[in-house]
Amino acid sequence: MELIFEKSVAGRRGVSLPDADLPRTTELPENLLRRKAAPLPELSELDLVRHFTNLSRRNFSIDTNFYPLGSCTMKYNPRILEDVAGLFAGFHPMIAQLPGGESYTQGTLGVIHELGALLCEITGMDEVTAQPLAGAHGEMTGIMIIAAWHRARGNKKRFVIVPDSSHGTNPASASMMGYEIVTIPTAPYGDMDLDLFKKAMNSEVAAVMMTCPNTLGLFNPHVREICAIAHAHDALMYYDGANLNAIMGKARPGDMGFDIIHLNLHKTFATPHGGGGPGSGPVAVKKGLIPFLPAPRLTKSSDGNYALEPHNPLSIGRMAGFYGNFGILARAYAYIIMLGREGLIRVSEQAVVNANYLKSSLKDYYDLPYDLPCMHECVFSAARQLQQGVHALDIAKFLIDRGFHPPTIYFPLIVKEAIMIEPTETESKSTLDAFIAVMKEAAELAAKHPEALLQSPEKMPVARLDETRAAREIKVCCPLL
Amino acid sequence: MELLYTREHEWIKIDGTTGVIGLTEYAVRQLGDITFVELPEVGREVRQFQILSSIESVKAASDIYAPLSGRVTTVNEALDTHPEIINEDAEGNGWLAGIEISEPAGKKALMIREEYDEYLRGLP
Repeated sequence: MELIFEKSVAGRRGVSLPDADLPRTTELPENLLRRKAAPLPELSELDLVRHFTNLSRRNFSIDTNFYPLGSCTMKYNPRILEDVAGLFAGFHPMIAQLPGGESYTQGTLGVIHELGALLCEITGMDEVTAQPLAGAHGEMTGIMIIAAWHRARGNKKRFVIVPDSSHGTNPASASMMGYEIVTIPTAPYGDMDLDLFKKAMNSEVAAVMMTCPNTLGLFNPHVREICAIAHAHDALMYYDGANLNAIMGKARPGDMGFDIIHLNLHKTFATPHGGGGPGSGPVAVKKGLIPFLPAPRLTKSSDGNYALEPHNPLSIGRMAGFYGNFGILARAYAYIIMLGREGLIRVSEQAVVNANYLKSSLKDYYDLPYDLPCMHECVFSAARQLQQGVHALDIAKFLIDRGFHPPTIYFPLIVKEAIMIEPTETESKSTLDAFIAVMKEAAELAAKHPEALLQSPEKMPVARLDETRAAREIKVCCPLL
Repeated sequence: MELLYTREHEWIKIDGTTGVIGLTEYAVRQLGDITFVELPEVGREVRQFQILSSIESVKAASDIYAPLSGRVTTVNEALDTHPEIINEDAEGNGWLAGIEISEPAGKKALMIREEYDEYLRGLP
């Protein structure tokens, strides 16, 4: 397919603008003036519509295909949420920041505040900041809050503990904030080895970051004990909320002993994601951490008015402009209201049932390194297929040809040739059955005709890509005409 | 000349007080095609089993740990532009860095080839 620049025809226009009837300004400094015209593509409106429509038809998305990407919770995004977000499109984001501006934006501030209250109820926490713009941004915010809390107590802390199954962003966030990372191996029961954790724990540990259920889709049976041990050493417990979809309405991180949690609204609460955003990663904390939350804090007075509190001396400061990704917050709020308490409980139940159905349907065909009842996702290994020269990557490519987005592969790192499947609650049994049938077909091909898998995909707009070469010879700039 | 291994799949070839560090063939096979190597800074002090640098493949990004404590004296700059050398010759031309060893006693915590092979057999 031609690039939009290659379709450009000199002089062609989508709209005709009248000649300017104002004099050309000469007030700008010479060094800021453009010497030659910007190399923009020149197209008619119809050229443009066809270009982007054709591009969109090559897209592989949750709107077109089953998308069981593990740890990403690619659930359906109800269209009504778009309408809800659209209701706020006319508000200028600066208004609430102006002196007295809160009085003009009570509705938007109310959405953020009420969403925060609902997230507190779901997670068992006391207050939320909606500022962080994505999960990893939430993690960074969380670690900054943890560091500020320790500083205020005069604690000297050096380490953050993570299990070796953690999302890579956990150690990365802690490391960016200056902590040294201690990694705890996974025990045969599929979670952080309790004995090794106890040995690693000391008074210099600032926090323990856990995903629960973890990236193997397993719930840590020792979670309360781990929290108690950490607290005994004046360390805080951080909950990575990426997998919250598994436990909504069933268990609350705050009740388990966690002090701080980030949520991924774009995963658990059905807002669109993939393709780089926008995401939203609110951070919820227990009472003792509230003073350290990003500024400004959104509060509700006794007369029911919402206000942005001026800077608090203990706050870690501003983490994002305005209020975070408001459009995502509005969608998540509507999603929670729409489903209600009973609905959210059913979401978790159905997500877990679906994952277990996939797991038990495929366990005879793929190795299952941790064969335990899973939560919202399960992790297979293509180790058996590898004996025939077929990698997890080849199976993933084959699935694309059969109309399924591949699951997450090669993660978590502790599983060889990992295939991590998260079906979510929004898929029907018939979709799951179709996926299972193709996964079985891939396993049978791997056993009998492995070469058939190595060429996949063959039916897509582009055939098998050379991923190694793409990564080694990085060319991200398109030469402009 | 002494060749020792870590449980994290690094090797170190020791000659007197200097050592050359690399990744084992097993590690490289697990990683797949290497796409980027972050080389450590020359002059940096590293501690045994602490992070020396990192490496990226088509599958994953991984940390590389120092088999022994010491000061980085040299790095394999060819890897900057040709990371594939590691895939081709992990335990030879694909070396990563040389160090001046500060605590040779750390050798006790490393494995000889036979022990490393035995360790590999025990891995899933």
